[in-house]
Amino acid sequence: MTRPTQVQYQVMWNRLISVVEEQAQALVRTAFSTSVREAGDLSAGVYDQQGQMLAQAVTGTPGHVNAMADAVAHFIRRIGVENFKEGDVYITNDPWEGTGHLHDITIVTPSFHQGHFVGFFACTAHIVDIGGRGFGADANSVYEEGLYIPIMKFIDAGRVDETLVRIIRGNVREPDQLIGDIYALATCNDIGHRRLIDMMNEFALSDLEGVADFILTNSRRATLERINALSKASATGEMVIDGFDAPVTLKVKVDIQKDRIVTDWDGTSGLDKKGINVPLVYTKAYACYALKCAIAPEIPNNAASLAPFEITAPENSIVHAVHPAPVALRHVIGHFVPDTVYAALDQLLPDLVPAEGAGCLCNFQVSLRPRTDAPAPKHARRSEVLTFNSGGSGARPGVDGMNATAFPSGVMTMPVEATEQVGPVIIWRKELRPDSGGAGRHRGGLGQYMNVGAQDGHEFDIQAMFDRVNHPARGRQGGADGAPTTIARNDGATMNGKGKQFVPHGCIVEMAFPGGAGYGPASERDMDAVRKDLAGGYITRDAAIQDYGLDAADADDILTRARLGKAY
Amino acid sequence: MADTPIRLGADIGGTFTDVVIEGPFGQHSTKVLTTYDAPENAIIEGMHRVCATAGVDPSKITQIIHGTTLATNALIERRGAKTALITTEGFRDVIEMRTESRFEQYDLNLTLPEPLLPRNFRYTVTERVQADGQTLIDINRSEVEALVDQITAAGFESVAVGLLHSYVNDDHERLVAQVFAERAPHILVSLSCEVSPQMREYERFNTTIANAYIKPLMKSYLGRLRERMADEGADCPIFLMHSGGGIISLENAADFPVRLVESGPAGGAVFAADIAARHGIEKVLSFDMGGTTAKICLIKNQTPKTARVFEVARTYRFKKGSGMPISIPVIDMVEIGAGGGSLAHVDGMNQIRVGPESAGSEPGPACYGRGGDRPAVTDADLILGKLDPNNFAAGTIPLYPEKSKSALHDHLGATLDMDTKEAAFGLAEVVDENMANAARVHAVENGEDLSEYTMIAFGGAAPLHAGRLCEKLGIDRLLVPTGAGVGSAIGFLRAPFSFEANKSQYMRLNAFDGAAVADILQTLRDEATAFVRTCDANAPILAEYKCYMRYAGQGWEIPVTLTEDQASNPDAVTLMTLFEAEYAALFSRTVAGMDVEITVWSVNATTPPAVVTPVADIAEATDVTPTGNRDLFDPALGKATQAAETTRSHFETGSALEGPAVITEEETTIVVPTSRKARALADATIELCAKGANQ
Repeated sequence: MTRPTQVQYQVMWNRLISVVEEQAQALVRTAFSTSVREAGDLSAGVYDQQGQMLAQAVTGTPGHVNAMADAVAHFIRRIGVENFKEGDVYITNDPWEGTGHLHDITIVTPSFHQGHFVGFFACTAHIVDIGGRGFGADANSVYEEGLYIPIMKFIDAGRVDETLVRIIRGNVREPDQLIGDIYALATCNDIGHRRLIDMMNEFALSDLEGVADFILTNSRRATLERINALSKASATGEMVIDGFDAPVTLKVKVDIQKDRIVTDWDGTSGLDKKGINVPLVYTKAYACYALKCAIAPEIPNNAASLAPFEITAPENSIVHAVHPAPVALRHVIGHFVPDTVYAALDQLLPDLVPAEGAGCLCNFQVSLRPRTDAPAPKHARRSEVLTFNSGGSGARPGVDGMNATAFPSGVMTMPVEATEQVGPVIIWRKELRPDSGGAGRHRGGLGQYMNVGAQDGHEFDIQAMFDRVNHPARGRQGGADGAPTTIARNDGATMNGKGKQFVPHGCIVEMAFPGGAGYGPASERDMDAVRKDLAGGYITRDAAIQDYGLDAADADDILTRARLGKAY
Repeated sequence: MADTPIRLGADIGGTFTDVVIEGPFGQHSTKVLTTYDAPENAIIEGMHRVCATAGVDPSKITQIIHGTTLATNALIERRGAKTALITTEGFRDVIEMRTESRFEQYDLNLTLPEPLLPRNFRYTVTERVQADGQTLIDINRSEVEALVDQITAAGFESVAVGLLHSYVNDDHERLVAQVFAERAPHILVSLSCEVSPQMREYERFNTTIANAYIKPLMKSYLGRLRERMADEGADCPIFLMHSGGGIISLENAADFPVRLVESGPAGGAVFAADIAARHGIEKVLSFDMGGTTAKICLIKNQTPKTARVFEVARTYRFKKGSGMPISIPVIDMVEIGAGGGSLAHVDGMNQIRVGPESAGSEPGPACYGRGGDRPAVTDADLILGKLDPNNFAAGTIPLYPEKSKSALHDHLGATLDMDTKEAAFGLAEVVDENMANAARVHAVENGEDLSEYTMIAFGGAAPLHAGRLCEKLGIDRLLVPTGAGVGSAIGFLRAPFSFEANKSQYMRLNAFDGAAVADILQTLRDEATAFVRTCDANAPILAEYKCYMRYAGQGWEIPVTLTEDQASNPDAVTLMTLFEAEYAALFSRTVAGMDVEITVWSVNATTPPAVVTPVADIAEATDVTPTGNRDLFDPALGKATQAAETTRSHFETGSALEGPAVITEEETTIVVPTSRKARALADATIELCAKGANQ
């Protein structure tokens, strides 16, 4: 066949994007960890022979974006092209050569077509347990965070490494679930591979060079066009957040240059003693995600569209943790990277980026067990329940922030009815938190209330992973701050935003997740929007009057009408 | 005459209302413009037209089967009744918080769809049921009474009740309904334990609210329809097509109008299933392409594949997650924004993108000459020679190729340095690839290999694209039936009476309780059968049993079908064997040593499918002499060819023609690519087969 036409290459590019989406879908449907199957914490991609990423599924995890793009090169280096065989499957959970913590398993599968090695499929998923201290920030080094699997062959020419399987099984709390997930990852690469070979047959391709060149050239050109349309300038952004014991300063200089944008993290806090440190690859992923959203949102992720976004950071700063720093909860800091980048970018490109939001997901894990303070009923049992929840997103230059919606992460929450089927947990409340969105011309998104207890006969530990207790989201261009995180027990005992904490029988943990910040002065808000917010209870009467200057009589009238069934 | 049924099918679509009549005189159909203000008017006009053609009086009609987009449109356009929600305290915002995620990851200005009910229409009540059905907090009757009085005073017409875990214990929801019946009987009440008794509160509440929201509208419409039809002489029973591909009584439809959502497309799938049955085909991909969207559905053993949840009213480029979930039994279809009116542009990567934005009928594609200046799929079809500018819609709509050319040049060719023909080729390839991808993904998700499938194409734009789609999908055989323009309405006449009852009840195979399972299935069977019995007092009723299974710890269930015998004597070993076979078919391998769990049980009760007359084989096909020739671009070859021309009316049973060819009919054109050969079968269906494929 003659060289494919431009139209045919476009068809192939579309096809590859569809192939990786399907690869990701297969993983969601076969995975066992709730983090993968309910929340979508995974990614999948296809690569050429050199390990350049050609397409990546759009999943809920920007943190995997660049990490995945870089990972395959490490596999090539560690294993060696000369050792690639048909039927091989490789594995790692190396935080620095994979996606940032031991809880992400990355599986890479070389693809062979007509006996020749043509490229790779790779996928990553967040699994619920990898042994060690369990998922939390409490470890002092990566050695305590769980089992480490260096880059190695999981399947060698069709033969599974049973020794590795036994070591894994012997080191984790839920061996069936983890081995099931590893198989699900391998299966999802197989599905991608099969579809790739169908495409290569259809277009009579013997290798991916032509299509790789087409994808990468067009992506590079489009990305550079976007970058070079901006004025060359730099600005610095800074944000302080809670950290574990001491506050953490994130500081970045965003430098728009010809053909590239560099984010430099000089001035950022050093390593934390606990596991909230971030390997550079993960910081890079979120910095790049933030910039791509703002500058080139529709250009698909691949090696060329990501390359112009560069990063530098001092070694052993909290955004460039090196081995053996503890990194299990690297997402907590990582999810604040975009807000920090936007603090700088707002100075360069006004009216483009949102105000600060809740930032990191408001996740917690509950470890339930039969009560120990008194005889437990016979039906009482042990159970681990992990939930993902979101605060409010920051207001945008032209629209309000989103209520209880994740940004920058894109994972989903689990239905309460499904969570309560997993273990003897009871979610007593999960609803929007009025007045938590920062006031502004555009209001910040609302956070949410969540109250958690256990079924009768149980007590539990809660592993809290919250930030913004002392450092709420800051308003932009005159907008007000969002509400901070609060957490307490209903018996009055105080609780911390991070760490494992005991909850005795009969007690409920009451949490209020943070709101996004406002954008622009509240005095400029459209009064009809204020009325609508009041009628719906997104803001209270006091806030309507104090923050937005609504007339008290007007406010009472609105509330009366709302009660009488008037729609706003 | 009295013992020969005369049946009328009526499908209200967005633009046209299609009416079909069938009886001893054969089949007649017509298209009437949809009358939005009083949708029954179009049906009545259509009925009089087809009755006149058939030479029968409306009073002779024995049965009317109706399907409509009114329910869907009311949800999309937010034209429902003033509706309140009553839910468990602490969960007022379930329908607003959705999945707490963004359906588009890279759009900083993303806005989420507004929930169906504003926040001050959502009320809470103190009560709580645990996951196992045990009551944690009793519902307080006087609190409910006060709430009912408040809702009455606020002037609500309809109320949805959605309480946590009501799919296992519905006592509290029933109590709320009882209080409404006592104190405010004029308010219509929809309970989540009746509308959609399935776990996952967001889907269940939203479905119940959707039902409540459209109930007053649909109830009054259906009541009016029955009266008007009777006034016009057609005083016969009226039945409704539901989204699951069966028929329910008008009364059921008025109580559960959410089940009417997507009833039109469901009719299309039933139409294709009927063609499949007549031709004895086991595996069919139905392909329905109109002006704005294309719908793809898998049909196995003449039964369209069904699902338990789907999404309506997508607000963002047809993107998954941008609409609202409706969990009811539904024919599982993929709908994408690809139709004759879909518009093309060039994006930042110099790639041609097509749809979902559509030119609609006004201004329409550029070639309509009604002011559209952007290139649509129809423009590409015209320039590639698939359409004859002088003979579109039987010559009633003149087409202007010059306008297509300048649209293609201005918006695609100039940017990409392509001539007009290449730009048209690019546009058509992209839309065909989009549809092919949707079909591929759908097939893989269902563990199916499309190369074993036959495609059945209908809808105005389908015959122009189906041949190319078959090439892309490796499908050897394509059928283009007659009546394709009113396929859904014909489908209504082929649908059985059916009702699917579902129940969420969790069970592990290692703690399998056979007696309890038999009991669940029997209860569901009784419930479903009772519904069907209200439609047909005598027909035998068949039951199909399914349980939705997964490895313990997974999140996605696989439907496993049980026989009557397996359902009455269920055992864990049989279920495990059935599950593993299905799982291996989908994902290549099973996972050893894992326990398996069941989450949902369902029973579909149905009257037997209509008896079909098999289509006789044609002994030998004879090549016909073309009526002319025209230039036709063949995308598989990437070049122009000389295509033979003929018309469908000349292409009688037994005719054959090798591609490249075009067969024109009143509303569309069947394009026969170079790789295919066309034959007209005994029922005037036109078949396109790959040259060299076994026939």
